[in-house]
Amino acid sequence: MPLLKDGRLVEDPWVPLADEDPVPKDGPVLVSLARWQAEREILRVRPAPVGVRLASDDSAEALADDLADVALVAVDFPAFADGRGYSTARLLRERYGFTGELRAVGNILRDQYLFLARCGFDAFEVSDARAPEAWRAAMAEFHNFYQPAADGYASIIALRHRRVAAAE
Amino acid sequence: MITQVVTANRLVDGIVVFLAADGGWSERFDLAAVSRSEEASRRLLGIAEQAEADRVVVAPYLIDVREEDGAVRPVRFREHIRAFGPPVHPQFARPGAGA
Amino acid sequence: MYRYDEFDRTFVDQRVAQFRDQVRRRLEGELSEDEFRPLRLMNGLYLQLHAYMLRVAVPYGTLSAAQMRKLAHIARRYDRGYGHFTTRQNIQYNWPKLSETPDLLDELAEVEMHAIQTSGNCIRNVTADQFAGVAADEIEDPRIYAEIIRQWSSLHPEFSFLPRKFKVAVTGATRDRAAVKVHDIGLFIRRNAAGEVGFEVVVGGGQGRTPMIAKTVRSFVEKRHLLSYLEAIMRVYNQFGRRDNKFKARIKILVHEIGIEEFTRRVEAEWAEIRDGVLDLPADEVARIHAYFAPPAYEPEGEAAATLARQRLSDPAFNAWVRSNAVAHKQPGYAIANISLKPEGGVPGDATAEQMDAVADLAEQYSFSEIRVTHEQNLVLPDVRQDALYELWQALDAQGLATPNLNLVTDIIACPGLDYCSLANARSIPIAQRLSRRFADLKRQHDIGELRIKISGCINACGHHHVGHIGILGVDRKGEEYYQITLGGSADEDAAIGKIIGPAFSSAEVVDALEAIVETYLRVRREGERFIDTYGRVGAEPFKEVLYAAA
Ligand code: SF4
Repeated sequence: MPLLKDGRLVEDPWVPLADEDPVPKDGPVLVSLARWQAEREILRVRPAPVGVRLASDDSAEALADDLADVALVAVDFPAFADGRGYSTARLLRERYGFTGELRAVGNILRDQYLFLARCGFDAFEVSDARAPEAWRAAMAEFHNFYQPAADGYASIIALRHRRVAAAE
Repeated sequence: MITQVVTANRLVDGIVVFLAADGGWSERFDLAAVSRSEEASRRLLGIAEQAEADRVVVAPYLIDVREEDGAVRPVRFREHIRAFGPPVHPQFARPGAGA
Repeated sequence: MYRYDEFDRTFVDQRVAQFRDQVRRRLEGELSEDEFRPLRLMNGLYLQLHAYMLRVAVPYGTLSAAQMRKLAHIARRYDRGYGHFTTRQNIQYNWPKLSETPDLLDELAEVEMHAIQTSGNCIRNVTADQFAGVAADEIEDPRIYAEIIRQWSSLHPEFSFLPRKFKVAVTGATRDRAAVKVHDIGLFIRRNAAGEVGFEVVVGGGQGRTPMIAKTVRSFVEKRHLLSYLEAIMRVYNQFGRRDNKFKARIKILVHEIGIEEFTRRVEAEWAEIRDGVLDLPADEVARIHAYFAPPAYEPEGEAAATLARQRLSDPAFNAWVRSNAVAHKQPGYAIANISLKPEGGVPGDATAEQMDAVADLAEQYSFSEIRVTHEQNLVLPDVRQDALYELWQALDAQGLATPNLNLVTDIIACPGLDYCSLANARSIPIAQRLSRRFADLKRQHDIGELRIKISGCINACGHHHVGHIGILGVDRKGEEYYQITLGGSADEDAAIGKIIGPAFSSAEVVDALEAIVETYLRVRREGERFIDTYGRVGAEPFKEVLYAAA
């Protein structure tokens, strides 16, 4: 599946592992939360990076203490209407300070890119070759936002507040 | 025995339409193509689904109708309202109620 | 009232442009109906029984004359000459064309209106007390906070795909006129022991198939914490609300299943993490919005009250209207004038384009250009001088808008029902019409007194039947329309869910059944008792007896 990262289609170097698959010697691998928790001591000392895939009902908190050892977190969207991953992403970024790749996988619509990006996702599993174009359009749709979120934009309230402060 | 017609909403304006015998879509219920067998119903629905894929209509489905005194009528009250307009606003009554 | 600044304006314009592109992609085939549905719903566009239906937000029920005039124009230009005001203080158009909705939304944006989040599993249009700012029993104008919440909730990146829709209501008064306790989140503006103003937050109320009264999660939240507290609640709901069953996905079910203590614990734990952070509400922002809701330039009372008293004496019809439809105002010399959209035989909540224009003109002339929409599907001119009521009443009468029945037996809430709604089991509107004819005699209506009848065409309860003094629910019995009656519901500060009285009645029987209930009340009531008081005292038995004894 192609990967949209920072607005461009890129090769996905990560190898997804099913829970019963053997762990290859090197190369980045993506494992489930359960496998990570069971084998983290081994996975941690492997020379190549490890990513963890969270199901939509896995909590961000379950990974909170391990984030230093994890280079990628993939959050699954079993249906585009299942919005739990948005909270998971914000918590990973804003509360637990995760700075690695945060990838949205599963069922997502292009009209959700903006919401996903605002919550901290920077990579998306996509099926459409026109995704970069859609991404650019989506990112340009709004100039300002009412809410502070994980993308660091100042909210409209903050912008108004700054203006008042500057006038004083 | 089965007696059915296919209905849908037109994509562009949402208006209720019926699949007519000529394969087109009509606002008039009395012009709907009537199926009298499962096979005919499947065929009509197939035409309708193609029309949905072609972006002519949205959400086509079969409704049961019955023949009474030579006229065809929807069986369910809901479909009757859909075919002939909201009873509380007679000014929006739709043509095609038949005999 | 609130006016957009450049941020608000740009935001709404960009939202329209985004939707225009989505409609284009749908019409050109880039989007299937399955993909388009959630997008159009997030902009209030449904595919209903007969056609598309567009629900336009009227934030906290406040409209300017210019906005009302635009709504009239839209009814004429894009629809069939009328609109339907709903129990969410919104307006619905029943016949817009998909291809024209982007233009329609552009026109709305010209008067600072939109259809954002009037549907979908997101935070819906925030509702408020229709007498906000003019009620005598108010601590503070709830619209200030409703506006702050409107902005914060607009395209919220985290909370646009919730388990289910989410409704918030705010009141600043002691009388609850906004059905606050049957909302997902209800906010009561309160003053604490130190004299500071903040919010009591209640959660988990709702109607639908599992009606519940909201419970308090925190009895006092300071103003500056309003948004962080709401965000904490929303985050708990978004993570833990059920997604396996649509009928169990509202927050009320979560609160019910884990209990209010555990729910509160989770909210407080989340709040402890995010309070005092970026969501802190700056005092200057509250002050900025507050300024928009400053009272208009009222004139001194003068002879207003005396003039009104004289006019009432000389014209009994006017007197009857004042008695039922004019409500005390906080400002001496002024009154709150309620415009009933429940004429005899009419469709509750419907207004023609001509009527909307007339109301806009009258608001300009008599009410500082302001109008309110109530969740009872009526309109309000909030700031009318007492000595102008007579002229106003005459002008309303000429438009068929002077029915003197506020809160009386014919002031019926009714959802669109099977006449318009694809989810309905039975029709609602014709029942309301028949009841309004049966009880048309005004003298009798006034004798019966306050009586709230509410009708829904299915268990979704858009017609609030659970909280009607008398509730009527349409059900489908083998293809026939039947109506189940509940008694004893209430939507105010003593919120209660009505109880089913017995087997449902056929369409032919239901109006007689209602009349029998009312006659029973008249027979057993004590001096000064409203219907709901009598029901509270005697219970369901006397009513059951007359309804089912013969059977
Ligand atoms: S209560 Fe039911 S019938 Fe009435 S408007 Fe709501 S969904 Fe439709």
